[in-house]
Amino acid sequence: MTMDLSDETVAAASAREPVISARDVRVWYGTTRGAIRAVDGVSFDLAPGETLGLVGESGCGKSTLGRGLMGLLPEGAKRDGEVLFRGRDIFTLSRKASYQLRGRELGMIFQEPLTRLNPLMRISQHFEETIKQHEHGLSKDEIRDRALEVLRLMGIPPTRYKSYPHEFSGGMRQRLMIALALVLRPAFVVADEPTTALDVLVEAQIVQILNDLRRNFQTSLLLITHNVGIVAEACDRVAVMYAGRIVEQGTVAEVFKHPQHPYTRELLRSTISLTTTGLNFIPGAPPDLVDPPDGCRFHPRCPSAMNVCASKNPVDIERPGGGRVECWLVGPEDQIPPGGKQPLKQEELTVADEA
Amino acid sequence: MPTKPDTEAPDLLVDVRDLSVHFALRGGTLSRLFGRDSGTIRAVDGVNLSLRPGEVVGLVGESGSGKSTLGRALLGLVPATEGSIRLRDQDLAQLSRRRLRQIRRVVQMVFQDPNAALNPSMTVEEAVGDALRVHGMKSAAERRAGVVDALERVGLSPVELFLSKYPRDLSGGQKQRVVLARAIVLNPTLLVADEPVSMLDMSVRAKILQLMLDLKHDLDLTYVYITHDLATAKYFCDRVAIMYLGRVVEIGPTEEIFAHPRHPYTKALMAAIPEPDPDKMVPRDLPRGEIPDAAQPPLGCAFHPRCPEAVSGCGWESRDLRTLVEEHWLRETAAYDEERTVIGDLAHLDAPSTSATIGSGGSAQVRAILEGMKAEDPDEPLWSGVQSIEDAGSGVTVSFEPAPSPALRRAGGVEVACVLYPDEG
Amino acid sequence: MRGTPRALLKPFTETTGLARWMLVAGVLLTAVFVVFAVFAPWIAPYGFAQASSGGTPFPKLGHPSSQHWFGTDRLFFDVYSRVIWGARTALKVVVLSIVLCVLLGVPLGLASGYYGGWFDRFVVLVMDAMYAFPSFLLAIVFSFLLTNVYGGSVVAVSLSLTAVYIPQYFRVVRNTTLSAKEATYVEAARAIGASDGVIMRRYLLQNVIQSVPVLGTLNAADAILTLAGLGFLGLGIQSTDAAEWGHDLNRALADAGSGVWWTGLYPGLAIVLLVTGLTLVGEGLNETLNPTLRRRRLLPVVMPPRNVSTPAEEEQG
Repeated sequence: MTMDLSDETVAAASAREPVISARDVRVWYGTTRGAIRAVDGVSFDLAPGETLGLVGESGCGKSTLGRGLMGLLPEGAKRDGEVLFRGRDIFTLSRKASYQLRGRELGMIFQEPLTRLNPLMRISQHFEETIKQHEHGLSKDEIRDRALEVLRLMGIPPTRYKSYPHEFSGGMRQRLMIALALVLRPAFVVADEPTTALDVLVEAQIVQILNDLRRNFQTSLLLITHNVGIVAEACDRVAVMYAGRIVEQGTVAEVFKHPQHPYTRELLRSTISLTTTGLNFIPGAPPDLVDPPDGCRFHPRCPSAMNVCASKNPVDIERPGGGRVECWLVGPEDQIPPGGKQPLKQEELTVADEA
Repeated sequence: MPTKPDTEAPDLLVDVRDLSVHFALRGGTLSRLFGRDSGTIRAVDGVNLSLRPGEVVGLVGESGSGKSTLGRALLGLVPATEGSIRLRDQDLAQLSRRRLRQIRRVVQMVFQDPNAALNPSMTVEEAVGDALRVHGMKSAAERRAGVVDALERVGLSPVELFLSKYPRDLSGGQKQRVVLARAIVLNPTLLVADEPVSMLDMSVRAKILQLMLDLKHDLDLTYVYITHDLATAKYFCDRVAIMYLGRVVEIGPTEEIFAHPRHPYTKALMAAIPEPDPDKMVPRDLPRGEIPDAAQPPLGCAFHPRCPEAVSGCGWESRDLRTLVEEHWLRETAAYDEERTVIGDLAHLDAPSTSATIGSGGSAQVRAILEGMKAEDPDEPLWSGVQSIEDAGSGVTVSFEPAPSPALRRAGGVEVACVLYPDEG
Repeated sequence: MRGTPRALLKPFTETTGLARWMLVAGVLLTAVFVVFAVFAPWIAPYGFAQASSGGTPFPKLGHPSSQHWFGTDRLFFDVYSRVIWGARTALKVVVLSIVLCVLLGVPLGLASGYYGGWFDRFVVLVMDAMYAFPSFLLAIVFSFLLTNVYGGSVVAVSLSLTAVYIPQYFRVVRNTTLSAKEATYVEAARAIGASDGVIMRRYLLQNVIQSVPVLGTLNAADAILTLAGLGFLGLGIQSTDAAEWGHDLNRALADAGSGVWWTGLYPGLAIVLLVTGLTLVGEGLNETLNPTLRRRRLLPVVMPPRNVSTPAEEEQG
């Protein structure tokens, strides 16, 4: 299976090896009811300096995927698949090796910044701690210079270097967290809903900073968010996740302008923006991931579902215009059984099964 | 429909006049021990707002703008410090606690987080029915009839499926419907909705908003819609009040505000909404910084430290000078170490004042640095607000032109509180 | 309340391994003593202060025999009967004192936490003072005072145990109230017009008493020991008023030197077993009801092997 890198926008990047190449990643949680298939067979590539937006609604597995890549899963979760980071499979690394990789090569930015900063440590100490753990033999001045440089790019003045976390506002703390994640210049960073806890204007500021990352750092970013607007603003490519699977991925312009998967289309239509003139929503609720529906997982809610969608799993294929999509509406024609294209008779969805 | 500040208008449902809600700030252990007053937060500071029956009024602003406090004051959930809240012919600010509880038959509230707004140990029937029970409906059969009716209205049918469910068995959207059912079961006239959809998933938001519009139509409700999201406000509201640090900075009909935003804060909020269409993206001039500490709001116009359109008369002060110096160092990293020794500590500038003394390395040197900064960005509006720079010890004292906080003034079809829009007279 | 049977079974269904074993063993042990207590008149062959049967006096310090399974003591009483009747006394005292603790401590903690202010400060001060006192000493003092009023009765001892344990209920309920009253659902209750009384009764109470059952069982175990201690010191219930293990142990002290082991062994064993049983129940409940200790059952995840050519086919399996 080859991933699309044929789009013109990423054509330059495709010349180089992808930083992250994930194949068939699965993360399941064990419960008394059976395994929750939070992430169930996800594949994507990330080129150097590229930002991939992972978008989906709550419970679709996007955060689990991010944590799974970082090896930060809770007890009782099991991950499987192949994630090549510069040719090494990070899922098979030893505990110690993956710990060393985190922070230095792989970074993570969380939603709630205050809980990740030690209230008793000055910002300078946070930086010293982080840098010393991974790069030995740097003097205090060298550390300071490196920290101030990153802080400058985040818009934090040098006068605040000796301050404590509580002296910063929410947006400043998130900038600090980004600076701490980037000070070691990791090749790959996962940002898990980094702006959700922030005010609208501050959110826009942080989005702008993330947008500038590409210019200032050679960092590949996996930006996890539920906000399609942020994806449009800050990402090169987008992967739309539904019920544990990436149902469509491609460049932001392509996917958002010509969505091929009905879920992508409906998600975009239900988003309320300043240009909204009517309210649209997706009926029903996402499926129970212990026992997902047969065939396409979206078929019970899909307005364009066909007979084949309820019985046969959709095939991951190249989408017209570049990228990948999993939907029988797009094809492949030759695998649809006869009569499979008849519209599916669906039971009416009521509020009783609503999200 | 321009809002006439006509107090005697008989068709008003709610008329809020000069309302202030202040909270005493609880300081650290020491100041509490000595009973010292550690300041007050002016959560709502002199707000006027009127609601006509059947209207949807949006209160829009960031957290800390006072929009939620204003909404809660409409139910008497927070006490008014000054001013009046007239609901028909009663002033909520003067009512006793007991009378206020009765008022809540008429004014109801919907909360942001549906997961937290329902008692985890009450079933749906108990939760919705309790509103009837506290207002004296003793018969369980009557209550059930009321609950069933309310649940049907919010679309939770078949009702039997939901009556005995606990909140933990429901999805986010379903919980918000239960919260709405509890709010309408008493047949109120006014519903205060505090960010009713912001915790919900995108695909559910539209459903709940549509439901609220249907309820308004069916039950002749009046809404106060509190949100930080201008996009939903634009779709949902007839009139919008933009709030910043406890004050209304712009208020008027939705169409007019969105077609011609006047206050720079309104413009900033509109620009901050990420547009999902990649074609429509525009480079944005975002305001810097964050909403300031409400215990020590900026002098003059509260928005001026972040305002991209600020001018000389906005009320510049010592804290702005600190920000300016720090931003200068952000750009001129190389000069930082050297200049820092001349300028010295900046922390004392945090006490708001129209005169700021800085520098410890000689008046001439400090002057030179300030001149350099001015040359770097001559358009910076702070400089136009400077009255004088005088030598003081080994530094200089910068005096700013004092300015009052701008009042709401008529501008076109709306009212704006901004020095850029002087009274049309 | 619907779902009560399921809620009662929850501690069993949600625990595994050691925790469940502890709970089951504890419940069984405790149940035996509850049966003793309830059916004492039918289980015990004689009364607790009976020195003769059918005109035949019992032997003094008689060896265990078919007539007297656990022998007799120096007051001619049947030890077996006194152990059974002792269970009744113990449970009476413990249940009464815990009911009093809950009835007084829970509302007091609720009101104190909800209203705050000077009322809260005053009650906290009193409760903290009581809590700071060594508990056994406090029990002795209260026993002294109350014995003058009520005599050496079950009520007097129960009241003194209540005084010992009530601060714990107060504190737990007050602290949970303090955090629960900030919840949105409390504000929502206010927004529908609920009065303070309604909010405390219908909204806060059910959410703040969740840790009370655990506290109750653990305190019960402790109370058995305190009761026995009081009896041992002669401050508890007189042996002609009721059978009380601690008091029996006190009298057995003199027998031990002369090789009479049965008067001490059986009451002692009863204390140990009941305390163990109650502690096991408490700890077992703690595992399920206490959110800080509660851990989800982790079940092994079995993933079908990957490596099938397309992910689509893989899922069909």
